[in-house]
Amino acid sequence: MSSNTEAVTVAAQGEAKVRKGRKQLSEGARAERRLGWMLCAPAVIVMIAVTAYPVGYAIWLSLERYNLELPQAIKFVGLSNYGAILSSPYWWQALKVTVIITIFSVAITLVLGMLLALLMHRTLFGRGTLRTAALIPYGIVTVAAAYGWQYAWTPGQGYLSAAFNHSAPLTSEVKAIIVIILAEIWKTTPFVALLLLAGLSLVPEDLQKAAKVDGATAWQRFIRITLPLMKPAILVALLFRTLDSFRIFDNIYILTAGNNGTGSVSNLGYDNLFNALNLGIGSAISILIFICVAIIAVLFIKGFGTAAPGTDIGKR
Amino acid sequence: MATVKTTPRQKVGWGTANLVVIALALIPVLWLLSLSFKTPTAVLDPSFWPKQWTWSNYFRSTGILSTSQFIRPLLNSIGIGLIATFIAVVLASMAAYAVARLRFPGKGLLIGMALLIAMFPVISLVTPMFSIERALGLFNTWPGLIIPYVAFGLPLGIYTLSAFFREIPWELEKAAKVDGATPFQAFTKVIAPLAAPGMVTTSILVFLLCWNEFLLAISLTSTTASRTAPASIAYFSGSSQFTVPTGPIAAAAVVITIPIIIFVVFFQRRIVAGLTSGAVKG
Repeated sequence: MSSNTEAVTVAAQGEAKVRKGRKQLSEGARAERRLGWMLCAPAVIVMIAVTAYPVGYAIWLSLERYNLELPQAIKFVGLSNYGAILSSPYWWQALKVTVIITIFSVAITLVLGMLLALLMHRTLFGRGTLRTAALIPYGIVTVAAAYGWQYAWTPGQGYLSAAFNHSAPLTSEVKAIIVIILAEIWKTTPFVALLLLAGLSLVPEDLQKAAKVDGATAWQRFIRITLPLMKPAILVALLFRTLDSFRIFDNIYILTAGNNGTGSVSNLGYDNLFNALNLGIGSAISILIFICVAIIAVLFIKGFGTAAPGTDIGKR
Repeated sequence: MATVKTTPRQKVGWGTANLVVIALALIPVLWLLSLSFKTPTAVLDPSFWPKQWTWSNYFRSTGILSTSQFIRPLLNSIGIGLIATFIAVVLASMAAYAVARLRFPGKGLLIGMALLIAMFPVISLVTPMFSIERALGLFNTWPGLIIPYVAFGLPLGIYTLSAFFREIPWELEKAAKVDGATPFQAFTKVIAPLAAPGMVTTSILVFLLCWNEFLLAISLTSTTASRTAPASIAYFSGSSQFTVPTGPIAAAAVVITIPIIIFVVFFQRRIVAGLTSGAVKG
């Protein structure tokens, strides 16, 4: 009897709690929404002010003939800046160099990054030291590292040049691009490795053990179990690295200054602004690069489907 | 796999692999260090270590640490980096809290926008920013660099922090609200202290981003009044106009690498956690 009434009161209390909770939610929902917007507003305003507005302004500038040396000759010229760029061999050379650097550095970085991730995941000792060492290329100022590479490859001055028959790779187009790619790989492999390491830690150990019991070789386990489970991490690393590599500037600026046809599209845009002082052409190049990056991003995200970074962040 | 008993051969194998990676990571840095201790004539000697060590690239009249051509940019780098990091982390933690905790329409848009800006080609901003900042009088000033650095630090901050914020025991927030705290109080009094480790990590990552930045730093500055350290190195000139200032450049490169080594050595775990949480779980 007494236990019965107790149960009833508990149930009644529970019901009251639920009702109260619902009411609070509907009241709170509006406050929550307002707070959400308020908390995000400053970040959104800064991001828009620094990116969307200048890009809009760049579109406008790109339609003008605007040379800083001839400020009186500013004139609306429509799409002729784009025509000039797209019919210029310099643009296509720079685009070719950028694409080549992107493809090779990203592909090699992914393979090496995977190896490094496996090493960091599996190594028996010295894990902390290994990670600390790997973080140095990630953290080092690109320009500082680039000077190191430049001197290392300068004949009569550098140990790498001396080791390779006193060669001067930075003075020839193909070899200079190889050196640039190597510098990119050195700098970015640790970052990729860390992203992949996080993916690796999500692969259940039991699955590996079960496959091992079933007689799968280490290679089969890697291909059939590890890789498929790591697909999201690999795609994220691929997307980040591709877009990051496409905007390569620092290494080239220091290593070759874009000489001998080694400049990327970013170097071309920079030169048009600060050496030719041509705001119109410079802006048009900026917009074309922006369009290239947008195309790459859209292709990736289409290819990703649901695995795109950020798509599930909101659901949590 | 560490549970499987290990043979000495395996130990040697993993140990060798470790050593190779550590060597590959460190040799280019040691090379810079070595160059920075070479005398101006020894710089033209391809041996890895200097035969004669000198401090002259750092100190004395010839050293980079006795010239305002480097000291001033170094102070700019520190000041601009710290201010931009502070603002970016404060704004990002507000947004990340909202992303991790609150339900509101437009969240997906915010995340998409942050992702877009994280991948934004900086060169696309250089031309218009150059023009806008000259018109506004921001060109070649600290705010002229701080503002874009905050914008590029924000996506990184929002991603990393929202990942950290999801790990926080939120029952405590509820408890605070039951005790009569407003959502804002619950944020500042309860959650912010719990979130401090994540915020330290994020600050390091954002600071490294600012410290590393080069393209905007050479484009939006014209004198040492606001030029940052990496940008200033590109403008070093030799003691005479015929010598390439290899030694001083190497010394400057070493100086701007020191803070990174310190961060990496002391905060290795945090940096790894920060980089991986934001990118993969997000």
